[in-house]
Amino acid sequence: MEISTVVSLLDARVVCGHQRLSEPLRAAFASDLMSDVLTLDTDGLVLITGMCNTQTIRTAEMSDIACVLLVRGKKATPDMVALACENNLVMLECAYSMYRTVGILYTHGLAPVY
Amino acid sequence: MELTYEVEGGNFSKAGHASSSIKKVLKQLNVDPKVVKRVVVALYEAEVNVVAHAYNGIITARVEQGSVSIEVRDQGPGIPDIPLAMQAGYSTASAKVREMGFGAGMGLPNMKKNVDVLNISSQVGVGTRVELITYF
Repeated sequence: MEISTVVSLLDARVVCGHQRLSEPLRAAFASDLMSDVLTLDTDGLVLITGMCNTQTIRTAEMSDIACVLLVRGKKATPDMVALACENNLVMLECAYSMYRTVGILYTHGLAPVY
Repeated sequence: MELTYEVEGGNFSKAGHASSSIKKVLKQLNVDPKVVKRVVVALYEAEVNVVAHAYNGIITARVEQGSVSIEVRDQGPGIPDIPLAMQAGYSTASAKVREMGFGAGMGLPNMKKNVDVLNISSQVGVGTRVELITYF
């Protein structure tokens, strides 16, 4: 699934990384616990989270996660946006709950990590 | 090549700065991306531990042909029982650290998973030294 499809399905806002929207995603992982995210070694991942701080972006950077999707109406802070842009990450914001977000992406074929 | 960074305890806004910088250097040196990821995930876990638990710390990374050796040395409360701290799920993290998405007791086990050599020594009331070595 392309990142642009995620944007369409969730009526999400693209905060940064517009130039990467045509890239494919292989899987999704939903967590507010960055410790769990750091244990993953799957490529082509979208991180679905309501954890809204700079460490979310740092975690994505270290884990080579291409796309961070903030759910529950969370808004990225200016520090987060700057860090995401610096690291060429795609950052999306979505008003849906994590449960609804995950359900939509799963039913449209985006695979889980495990 | 040797790189040194200072880490400020308690300052989560800067946590990950050293790991990010070292990642950029390793990429510039054309180190295999899978190796880079292993190194920086382990280092980031260690850096967050310093921010979460210690007063301050120093990270020293030595990049050589075929290996990356990193020493993370902090001044802080130390670890009274290292085998206990290595157990997945054991944590002494504060509520503030948990609010940041960490403190689940997975940092040290994840470091061990990602590096070839993990050495930890600690003195209660003085500080902790963590050595991370990755071969490639």
